[in-house]
Amino acid sequence: MIKLSIDNKPVEVAEGTTILKAARQAGINIPTLCYFELDGMNFENKPGGCRVCVVEVKGRRNLAPACATECMEGMEVFTSSPRAINARKTVVELILSDHPNDCLRCEKSGDCELQALAARLGIRELPFKGEQTTFKKDSTLSVYRDMDKCVYCRRCETMCSKFQTAGALSGVNRGFPSVVAPAFDQPLGESSCINCGQCVQVCPVGALTLVDNINDVMKAIADPTKTVIVNTAPAVRVALGEEFGQEPGSIVTGQMAAALRRLGFDYVFDTDWSADLTIMEEGTELLQRVGKVLKGEEAKLPMFTSCCPAWVAFYEKNFPDLLEYPSTAKSPMAMFGATAKNYFAQKIGVNRKDLVVVSIMPCLAKKSECAREEFGKDGNPDIDYVLSTRELAHMIKQCNLDLNQLPEEDFDSPLGQSTGAGVIFGATGGVMEAALRTAYELHTKKSLPKIDFEEVRGLNGVKEATVDFDGLPVKVAVCYGLGNARKIMEEVRAGNPNGYNFVEVMACPGGCIGGAGQPYHHGNSDIIRKRMEATYREDAGKPIRKSHENPDIIAIYKEFYGEPCGHLSHELLHTHYFDKSDKIEATLQ
Amino acid sequence: MTKVKSLAELKAMKERLHSVLDVREKAENPESLVQIKVGMATCGIAAGAKQVMAHMMQKADELGIQAVFTQTGCMGHCHAEPTVEVSVPGRESVIFGHVDNNRADEILAKYIQNNEKVEGVIATNKTNQ
Amino acid sequence: MSKYNTHVLICGGTGCKSSNSGQIYENFKTILGEHNLTDEVQVIKTGCFGFCEKGPIVKIMPDNTFYTNVTPEDVRNIVEEHIVKGRKVSSLLYVNPENNEHVSDSRHMEFYKKQVRIALRNCGFVDPENIEESIARGGYEALGKCLTEMTPEQVIAEIKASGLRGRGGAGFPTGLKWELCAKNKADQKYVICNADEGDPGAFMDRSILEGDPNSIVEAMAICGYAIGATKGLVYIRAEYPLAIDRLKIAIEQAREYGLLGENIMGSGFDFDIELRYGAGAFVCGEETALIHSMEGQRGEPTLKPPFPAVSGYLGKPSNVNNVETFANVPVIIIKGAEWFSSIGTEKSKGTKVFALAGQINNVGLIEVPMGITLREIIYEIGGGIKGGREFKAVQTGGPSGGCLTKKHLDTPIDYDSLVAAGSMMGSGGMVVMDETSCMPAIAKFYLEFTCEESCGKCTPCRVGNKRMLEILDKITRGESTMDDLQALRNLAGVIKDSALCGLGQTSPNPILSTMDNFWDEYVEHVVDKKCRAGVCKKLMSYVIDREKCIGCGKCAKGCPAEAIAKTDYTAPGHKLPSMEIHGETCIKCGACINNCKFGAISVQ
Repeated sequence: MIKLSIDNKPVEVAEGTTILKAARQAGINIPTLCYFELDGMNFENKPGGCRVCVVEVKGRRNLAPACATECMEGMEVFTSSPRAINARKTVVELILSDHPNDCLRCEKSGDCELQALAARLGIRELPFKGEQTTFKKDSTLSVYRDMDKCVYCRRCETMCSKFQTAGALSGVNRGFPSVVAPAFDQPLGESSCINCGQCVQVCPVGALTLVDNINDVMKAIADPTKTVIVNTAPAVRVALGEEFGQEPGSIVTGQMAAALRRLGFDYVFDTDWSADLTIMEEGTELLQRVGKVLKGEEAKLPMFTSCCPAWVAFYEKNFPDLLEYPSTAKSPMAMFGATAKNYFAQKIGVNRKDLVVVSIMPCLAKKSECAREEFGKDGNPDIDYVLSTRELAHMIKQCNLDLNQLPEEDFDSPLGQSTGAGVIFGATGGVMEAALRTAYELHTKKSLPKIDFEEVRGLNGVKEATVDFDGLPVKVAVCYGLGNARKIMEEVRAGNPNGYNFVEVMACPGGCIGGAGQPYHHGNSDIIRKRMEATYREDAGKPIRKSHENPDIIAIYKEFYGEPCGHLSHELLHTHYFDKSDKIEATLQ
Repeated sequence: MTKVKSLAELKAMKERLHSVLDVREKAENPESLVQIKVGMATCGIAAGAKQVMAHMMQKADELGIQAVFTQTGCMGHCHAEPTVEVSVPGRESVIFGHVDNNRADEILAKYIQNNEKVEGVIATNKTNQ
Repeated sequence: MSKYNTHVLICGGTGCKSSNSGQIYENFKTILGEHNLTDEVQVIKTGCFGFCEKGPIVKIMPDNTFYTNVTPEDVRNIVEEHIVKGRKVSSLLYVNPENNEHVSDSRHMEFYKKQVRIALRNCGFVDPENIEESIARGGYEALGKCLTEMTPEQVIAEIKASGLRGRGGAGFPTGLKWELCAKNKADQKYVICNADEGDPGAFMDRSILEGDPNSIVEAMAICGYAIGATKGLVYIRAEYPLAIDRLKIAIEQAREYGLLGENIMGSGFDFDIELRYGAGAFVCGEETALIHSMEGQRGEPTLKPPFPAVSGYLGKPSNVNNVETFANVPVIIIKGAEWFSSIGTEKSKGTKVFALAGQINNVGLIEVPMGITLREIIYEIGGGIKGGREFKAVQTGGPSGGCLTKKHLDTPIDYDSLVAAGSMMGSGGMVVMDETSCMPAIAKFYLEFTCEESCGKCTPCRVGNKRMLEILDKITRGESTMDDLQALRNLAGVIKDSALCGLGQTSPNPILSTMDNFWDEYVEHVVDKKCRAGVCKKLMSYVIDREKCIGCGKCAKGCPAEAIAKTDYTAPGHKLPSMEIHGETCIKCGACINNCKFGAISVQ
């Protein structure tokens, strides 16, 4: 242990502890800007670049960045000496001198870390006036970039290039016009970007924001010729409450359904329902592939999940040689859309063009997924609009509703009833667990002795388990973060030395609960943990917890799809992938 | 090219190659060395000065005399070519005339090394100028 | 083999080469051939002699004649007069400005008298493309000595005892650096030579690589032996093609001779060197940025610790030294730490190479013992200020350094005295200024450089330097207030105190030191809107004395901005009305002054 003093307070910390963490331990909260950590999730951005956290260390020639300076025995640290405060304020004034300062109309207003920092430091003047950097605005279907606001914290770069290994964003230019951008001034949409949107989730300011579709949805609702239906993803209900002041981990499923109804949606459905449908298709596909391999026939293993659209974009761009490995099953959202437009529209007697399907997602990549040409018919998409959790919250507030005061209501039928298996899709390992619950029983024709697969739960980046399917060992892996996925894909390319049969991949930290469309967590990984706990709590409280036991699922197979992986489900619920590596090669050259 | 396989081999190579830089190293500090100037105007060359100079350089090496050789223009003693001016530190410079290989050897061994008289000294009026 | 009796050394450094020394070399070959002297006379292209002011330089050995400003056309004269007839070509000899006497031997020139050449010992002496000349000069003997007679610990101890400090700028003790790296165990370590010379005007590293690449190869191998590394990497800017070529040749020849590669000199020690090219970013001289650049990453610094000695190139322990530092190493091994430490001052041992530039008579590359005074450098070696003007300041340490003034002329120069005086050693740039230099404009010049070269990673350097530059710009345009000076000082202090790397931490030095030493000049710009050096155009106005003007109109005809027109005043005794200059349209080009034969126009 190391003994030191911070602001004359004695502190004892383990070797290797930074001044920043030691100070927090002592109840002294040194402000930071570029520093960003997702504790326990292998994400740390520590360039030591913004210099907001500088502190005075006795005997040291210059100020030390608290985020990156390790404590030393006998160190005397002063976090609020006039010298440290002057430097800190000057640094923030410098940042503001190259910032549009258009807070009133900034998407990030109220959620902006720079705004909070300026308020906390009591910045009342902008003493430095001069040139400001300006860049071309740029947008994909998911992410909007206004780099005039960039403070060059490099969080997005670390997320994109280190954590996701997508490599779309990196520092370009030098000196004053330095900025994080795709190489060679490419538009982000033409780069190796996979639209995971995590750059938006970690951006401290309004430089990276989501593409807002609220107005599109409001217009559709207001259009009397349209029937507007909505489906909400599993991870939304465990996070939406945060936007209304509720504790992280609050479950607001019922109030959310009530809010959606009051917003004017004609039918309020649940993506959890189509998650159950996904399990039927994907579980069956897994059993088919395993069965073929056991018979010595050609089939690709491991099978990868395909629910996560950022992950899909990632392997289409980076692993065009392995496109036969992921499951052909569409994502729950896409299955919902296909069912809504092809089955439900007919059922209620509405032309598919007059049925507007809206998805509420924790995700920004879904905004890009719904535009995939193959997810639609004759130019009419299966899902018309995707709103993120944050947009839904904005919409509720805009429409003068207070989620906290709404009653709990149920989803509508027939695409609303779900099981606990559908619920846990929101957390890393959830799809795997749900699939195992069903695949085990379909394969063994026996009831699971224990429904909870604890070994695939939790926030470890990569989890492994071997499940005994009544004598058939099934080796599975679960990962989040595409950097972890890249490692597994490279292993598969090298012959799958670990012998995986089934791998779940989610792009975002902790899975969809940590999605880019969720309320900003500002690096507080406890928020993600609490959302995860809530997810499993919701599962545990469900009367039915296995997808194949969902009566609405059983019904739709009977009424419409026939059987899992049957002819119609192949047409509507399965898809195929495309080699999109040309984008990557263009970037590399 | 054979590789240098030890420090001893490197040192041997240095010794062998050293003469390459000899002229340059001596030039760094000429005052402490014997200076030998060979008249190399047309008259001198015609009388064999080139060959005498080469011979003297080789001989000086053999005798271990640290000398700087330069060629110079006509010294005005065309009747006595080849002419060689020798300055030994601490002594006045002397010009020798009709220097052939034998006389060159004498100059080196007798005059320079042992300060003995050697024939062929041309009286100059340098000191009177 | 007959021995060459005459050697012609031609400077083949970048400076002289760009002044056509290549053609000089060819002409020597041709004309010596005409005279049948190719067996007697050896012609060699060497590295830089340092006296670049007088280049191209040709040196004739053994009579040590130093010819200056030689053109290809002069070669015939040199051959036929000097080499054939022994008559020195006096028109090409250096002229001592003091007494107008010709000086033929460089040792008698003021420029060389006080120099002590250790790092530059072989530059201008050996043929850099022939390893045999290096070996004849004692090259690789130090490596052999280390490998056969010394343990790695002894090598490090020797370097430590010598007191050698890093010549790249900060002056970190070299032996200690080696020791820190040697301590870390790893399957692979790296010796990195920093040849990313970036200070504007500094070219000592280039000159050493061009003139004596074998010493660097040898020193890197010695370092490898000392720290336990088998791989060496030279990070060299691609703008140094000649240095790259010479270094490649040296490495190739060293491999051929078994002085690089496996089992060097039978010692069992393996070492080899590869080149890595930089794109010439100033910040890549910072060792962590350099390492990132070599790895193919963005060339920007990261926080230390971890130091490269712990985690450097590809995460392996690495030792980074600058070219000039390495150049001292073999000499220390051969002559001993005691000899080396007898040169210099108490805390700065040995010599330092400076690139002498600016308003000084003898521009060039000099190597002087630590502890020499600025006065000796400027007035003896440098031959004083050009045009006999008054000395005002000398800038040392490049963009990271500061300005020293008259009061520092007799300060012995070493790492610590320079820092104490508000400047730094840096890599050895030395720019001499006279009264025609405007100090705020000088500060602005250096800041423009740092702004351009900042990697942008940290706020103080990325935004702070830009804001300082904008304030300086206002000052030189006469648009600032005293509050700006206050803000500039505070900002400079914060940047120095809070920037991430050495580049940012030192970037305010040119401002702070000029403010400290030339405060009056700043105040003049701000309050009086005057630039006493006449550099800041915005603060100058051209005025026609209407009494002296005869109204010829020549000034108006030559004015590119059409800023001059007739008045309705005719001076007594003149026939035509006087002219006047309109300040708002005048672009201050000075053409009118040159056109006026009557001295009627002046700058105010």
